Amino acid sequence: MNRIRIDHGRIIDPANNIDRVGSVYIEDGKIVSVLDEPAGFKPDTVIDAENQIVCPGFIDLSTRLRDMGHSRKATFKSEVIAAAAAGITTLCLQPDTVPVIDTAAVAELVKDLAEKADYPQIYAVGALTQKLEGIELSSMLSLKQAGCIAVGNANQPVKNLLILRRAMEYAASHDLLMMFRPNDFWLNNNGCAHEGAVATRYGLPSTPEAAETIALAQCLELAELTGCRVHFGQLSCKRSVIKIHQAKKYGLKVSADVAIHQLHLTENDMMPFDSAYHVMPPFRTEADKQYLRKGLAASTINSICSDHQPHDLDAKLGAFPETEPGISSLETLLPLMLSLVAQNAITLEQGIACLSANPARVLRLNSGALTPGFSADVCIFDPELDWQVNSENWKSQGANTPFWGQTLKGRVTHTLQSGKVIYRL
Amino acid sequence: MTDNLQLNAEGKLKHFLTIEGLSKSLLTEILDTAESFVGMSEHQVKKVPLLRGKTIVNLFFENSTRTRTTFELAATRLSADVINMNIATSATSKGESLLDTIRNLEAMFVDMFVVRHALSGAAHFIAQQTAPHISVINAGDGQHAHPTQAMLDMFTIRQLKPDFSNLRVAIIGDILHSRVARSEIHALNTLGAAEVRVIAPKTLLPAHVENLGVSVSHNLTEGLKDIDVVMMLRLQKERMSSALLPSESEYFKCFGLTEEKLKIAKPDAIVMHPGPINRGVEIDSKVADGPQSVILKQVSNGVAVRMAVMAMAMQAQPSVSGRSAVHTPAMATTEGMS
Repeated sequence: MNRIRIDHGRIIDPANNIDRVGSVYIEDGKIVSVLDEPAGFKPDTVIDAENQIVCPGFIDLSTRLRDMGHSRKATFKSEVIAAAAAGITTLCLQPDTVPVIDTAAVAELVKDLAEKADYPQIYAVGALTQKLEGIELSSMLSLKQAGCIAVGNANQPVKNLLILRRAMEYAASHDLLMMFRPNDFWLNNNGCAHEGAVATRYGLPSTPEAAETIALAQCLELAELTGCRVHFGQLSCKRSVIKIHQAKKYGLKVSADVAIHQLHLTENDMMPFDSAYHVMPPFRTEADKQYLRKGLAASTINSICSDHQPHDLDAKLGAFPETEPGISSLETLLPLMLSLVAQNAITLEQGIACLSANPARVLRLNSGALTPGFSADVCIFDPELDWQVNSENWKSQGANTPFWGQTLKGRVTHTLQSGKVIYRL
Repeated sequence: MTDNLQLNAEGKLKHFLTIEGLSKSLLTEILDTAESFVGMSEHQVKKVPLLRGKTIVNLFFENSTRTRTTFELAATRLSADVINMNIATSATSKGESLLDTIRNLEAMFVDMFVVRHALSGAAHFIAQQTAPHISVINAGDGQHAHPTQAMLDMFTIRQLKPDFSNLRVAIIGDILHSRVARSEIHALNTLGAAEVRVIAPKTLLPAHVENLGVSVSHNLTEGLKDIDVVMMLRLQKERMSSALLPSESEYFKCFGLTEEKLKIAKPDAIVMHPGPINRGVEIDSKVADGPQSVILKQVSNGVAVRMAVMAMAMQAQPSVSGRSAVHTPAMATTEGMS
């Protein structure tokens, strides 16, 4: 019997409507009680969380751990440590690994790597189409049986709408969730920046919002036609939020997330040709950023993901358009969420829900809450602790973040996965 | 966002990457310096010893004859040693990264890179990464900037129409893909032109182009009214295959500069083109070779302006104590690129 008691923390558990100072009781890897002490509970370990916040462990809907074909960028081992340090207890691995997660064998390989790397819980998203080429359907049922929690085509386009329709029908037949990042291949036109004043000034190949909103609108139509459950990932602009709002009002079963950095940066923040800002979808306008925040506050967008994409140094060294897009973003997830709270964009409870209860609902997981009987996935953080983003504090192998060198507020002190302390500051 | 990267601690031009962020006085200094080199080309001995012992590398990742030749000529007239590297067909095609190419050349103790590259930001990247004693001159990066072209055009305009504050300038054609246009717009606005007007179909204009400080017209006949300087841009053939335009002949019909259309501009308007010209596509031969054309003048001025920029940038380099301006034989033994 292994018993843990977390004392004196401010417990925020949005799914159970709890926001009170008290204790959390854990036994054999499961939550047994919150606030009320179970009769005869004698803890083996006591964690003092005074002046800290105790909440469900975070669930990240879009992560790249690299490894396999990209181990020079990062490995499962390096990135799960970073994830644990970020308070993340569950994460979804996008299928654009090398090899692509499009067969049960690769899904099993991912499971093995995940087990070897130990915690947090890693769920693979299976490829929607073989090799992500958008041409032939992947063996979705086998992928599901091999543990894939959803299917998706990562950042690769399904250019042919008939194939997308079939894929969605097939996914729906097996009650699989489709994760979709809307981006029309043709309109995207190899852009590497938002089609706006800044890209014009720097002569950068650019991609309009319409590349996202048109792909989104098409997929919404197909969601209705096929009955497929769809989760839209990494939305970047105002009109996407409006479209999701309308679709939900209309009654479609869809959900959406936004990458944390999109809530903070715009095209105007991009330092000239600084590849740390090269990300897809690109940073858009101030109005888009504000509307994404509004969408979050109104629960139109219900989750925040890291969209973590660690890179090696070389990937970011070059002329801006030839550098690889993506930001290493696990460890800045919490402080950037707290910064939204500090700026009154969302409440703390909403912020925590967007990182736990809401993504759990998207994935239909019995987690993301401190409900008795649930796996004891807990994040404890100090909301006032300042820390600098530097090589001393950074765990991810990828240092590609525009926040490098900045001092951020809020840091995870403990992460518990199934009642085991997997990170301690 | 300004590009302080271009200036040294004293505010002198160390790299020349873009016009944006440079002051009017600095642009004027470039023009004045160029003025002092203009007469030289007519001398028997066309050389000054300003950059003797310096090594300049023309680093062309994209093919170009005209621009490379004028840079080479400018460097030679300043008595520098010039190495031409046509990387479009060498190192990078072997899979070498941009940075490795730069590091290898650095190891050969060069003093200046003149860079042309197909990607926006390449010159900027090289200036950031290269050793502090090396200057970088942007000879065109992607769709971003071509600052020496803009300055030679400003120089040509100033020779004929010295007061920029009265000038209305039209830039006509493929603004979207044009690094020349972007640099011209910044230069004209910094020098205080009364108006910069861009004239093109919507398919050849970038988003929010008006934010660069221009007015916009989609009609050449209307757009040429009251214009003092007509700047034509080259139309690349691949614009038809990428569905930006229907055909060369339709483009010529709408946006080609003919004698008749030129009459709409002011009677003393001058016609410019950065070359090479597509006769019968963006400009009629009669106009290109006509009395109002200053196209060849632009070419001659290119050498003087590039001499000015090279001389200024080299002067702004930090003096490294113990490092000879002239390379010693010991340094010369450094192994080169394979």
